[in-house]
Amino acid sequence: MSDAVGLTIISIGVLFDIFGCIGLVRLPDVYNRLQAATKCVTAGTCLILVGSLITLGSMPAAVKGLICIAFILITSPTAAHALARAAHHSGVKLWDQSVVDRYEKDLHAARAKEDSA
Amino acid sequence: MTLLTAPYLIFIAGLLACCGMCLYRIGRGPTAPDRMVAIDILGTVVVGFVAIVTAATEMTYLLNVAIVWAVVSFVGTLALARYLAGKASHE
Repeated sequence: MSDAVGLTIISIGVLFDIFGCIGLVRLPDVYNRLQAATKCVTAGTCLILVGSLITLGSMPAAVKGLICIAFILITSPTAAHALARAAHHSGVKLWDQSVVDRYEKDLHAARAKEDSA
Repeated sequence: MTLLTAPYLIFIAGLLACCGMCLYRIGRGPTAPDRMVAIDILGTVVVGFVAIVTAATEMTYLLNVAIVWAVVSFVGTLALARYLAGKASHE
């Protein structure tokens, strides 16, 4: 019973991973790829970990796995934010059909404030 | 060797496909941040891989590998991101 539940959750997680990586290959620019891949792969990997913990069914493994899940849930958005910021600072252009770039606007406002001060 | 039962083989094939797509993006680029995103995603996929191998073989000490891999991948990504952002602002 716990085997069937665990295998189901693992297969959902693998599907999430595959969709995230398809997004990584197919989408047009860094920012689109980043948001598709980060969200899908984080969710997929956490689901794989949960499924394998259910399949294993032992307490020490569960503690270790939950630590790993918590760590991934904290670090993955942080890394994605740092990457998006680095990409923007290093001058990577948005896709030509992107409609809004609020970060660029904020940077302009900050620069104007500095110049006037 | 329980690793070779059917469901786990399918999972491993799926994650290998993910690794292949990440490697395609690392090779293809076209910019440095693209490659960094792919490297970050590859690290997360490998953590899932380790979890599947742990479930298949019931060697629970492999979860330590998953934790350490997540930590090292995060530090590496952050270092590369800081490097790239700093390089741009000094030019």
